[in-house]
Amino acid sequence: MATIILPNEAELRQGDASRASRDRKIRFFRNQILPRIILIIMCAIFVMPFYWMVTQSLKSNEELTRYPPTWFVQDPQWENYKLATEKIPFWMFFRNTVFITAMCVIGSLISNPIIAYGFSRVQWPGRDKIFMIVLATVFMPFPAIIVAYLDVWTSLGLVPTFWPLIIPSFLGSAFFVFLLRQFMLQIPMDLSDAARMDGANEFQIFANIIMPLTKPALGVIAILSGMGAWNDFLGPLIFLLKQKLYTLAIGLTFFQSQADRDIKFNLMMAASVMVVLPVVVIFLFFQRFFVQGMTVGAVKG
Amino acid sequence: MDTPGSMTSPTAPGLAAAEKPKAIPWYKSRVEKKNLRLGILFISPWIVGFLGLTLYPLLYTFYLSFTRFGGFKDPVWIGLANYQRMFNDDNFSKAMYNTFYFTFLAVPIGVVVALMLALAMDQPLPEIPLYRTLLYLPSILPLFATAFIFMTLLDPNQGIVNDFLRTLGFDPPNWFGDARYSKIAIIGMAQFGAGQMALIYLAGLKGIPTSLYEAAEIDGAGVFNRLFKITIPLMTPVILYSLISGISGGLQVFTQSFIITNGGPNNSTNFLVFYLYRNAFAYSNQMGYAAAMGVVLFVITVLMAGLIFFTSSRWVNYDMAG
Repeated sequence: MATIILPNEAELRQGDASRASRDRKIRFFRNQILPRIILIIMCAIFVMPFYWMVTQSLKSNEELTRYPPTWFVQDPQWENYKLATEKIPFWMFFRNTVFITAMCVIGSLISNPIIAYGFSRVQWPGRDKIFMIVLATVFMPFPAIIVAYLDVWTSLGLVPTFWPLIIPSFLGSAFFVFLLRQFMLQIPMDLSDAARMDGANEFQIFANIIMPLTKPALGVIAILSGMGAWNDFLGPLIFLLKQKLYTLAIGLTFFQSQADRDIKFNLMMAASVMVVLPVVVIFLFFQRFFVQGMTVGAVKG
Repeated sequence: MDTPGSMTSPTAPGLAAAEKPKAIPWYKSRVEKKNLRLGILFISPWIVGFLGLTLYPLLYTFYLSFTRFGGFKDPVWIGLANYQRMFNDDNFSKAMYNTFYFTFLAVPIGVVVALMLALAMDQPLPEIPLYRTLLYLPSILPLFATAFIFMTLLDPNQGIVNDFLRTLGFDPPNWFGDARYSKIAIIGMAQFGAGQMALIYLAGLKGIPTSLYEAAEIDGAGVFNRLFKITIPLMTPVILYSLISGISGGLQVFTQSFIITNGGPNNSTNFLVFYLYRNAFAYSNQMGYAAAMGVVLFVITVLMAGLIFFTSSRWVNYDMAG
């Protein structure tokens, strides 16, 4: 005796509509709201170190030791920045760092294209086997060989000088060679062949045809090598054993050692801001180079 | 002072002799010879660097690991003594434990964080470029600067993190000053580099054809099914790369303990490279022992990379890699 109540067509359509609207809501939440919540929270966390660095750098000695700490600076002390450059020989360290960085960029821009050219545009027997050795050294742990590495440079009479930090970039880096080789392989071989027909030799082809075409990749290498040199810590630590050679990386540790237990965090953070600022500015202007350099290696690897 | 000999032979003649041309016409082999000379000429800077700054130091490290060496006088051969010493050296076993603890927590957590960020950034939101910039920003910070910032960020009294945790009603620890939390703090610090990996993952996600998701949706696959049956399997090559580079970097953790904790408290942040550095440059006459640790680091790195690489056929899906 069960009566089956059939919903009429209008009711059916309404049910569909309410299900569709619920689906839409779920989808809206999943695609629009949830990612925003995650990203906004993560951005807030990721920006916090920068915010705190700047905040601490502007605090007075008194405000720095206040408990609980102030989240917003009450009385910004801009002269902390000047004091920080006087407390350590900041500008001398700055000049040293700029010199090393500039030389590393120049070295990387000269050596890596030449090497990558040999691994991509010249067909010679055994080439790809030797390239496997290049790839194998990408993840070589530098600290593992540090004692012997230092000994090599000491025997050459170059410790302490800037040269152990600079010369290697003139000899190429496995990762940059890999990056440029990928790039050069994509340039049609016909271009080289046509130039060869016209009587150009290999070095002319390299300098006049291939180099101009690799400009975007060279941008990536300039930025990554410059940043590597500017941010290096272990290298300067073991090679630059004289104060007049120190880089900013080593210079910053002076704020720790000078005042025994009483670290002047405001001056240390002011100096950190000045060390980090050039990197941040370059990043904001040339963001795409950073992203390209990072992704080319991994995704196609 | 001994002079390393192999610096003087930069043009490795043996390298290219491996492939003998078999019965090809004379003109072709002449072209090949010319190309061989050209190729070697172009890569010669790398050959000098590889032989002088990688291969020779590596072999010399192996040699030094069997010696007592202070850096000034000639090394004295002592056989396996440095390696035997490791087994009785509590600081060394602590350093190994700390290094593995750091690597095997920081790297997988990093993969999860980066994957989460990448999935969130894969949605078509108009303000994605802003998130991308902000999330990448900490990756460009020099590690030494990050270390200084975290000293004040996690300071028990002056730091904003503990102040925030106190307002939430927690009783936060003295992160870097407490042996139970110091490694956790350094692992947390390492996660601020996740933005870089997230962008690599994002590039991988963009390579997955949307038709796959559409087909799965028609078949009624839910969000989790799509994540674990489509997204993650197709991302395995990128995850493989990030695991190898993450583990290789994790085993080299050094700067954080050098700047913030000096290996303490109670040896809790004494990592392999930190202990190696101390033996090489802070203690006298221990460079041979440091070299032996270098050999250990090298061997572990090779084993880890090999392990990941050779087990990869079981879990890596290369269908997408073009």
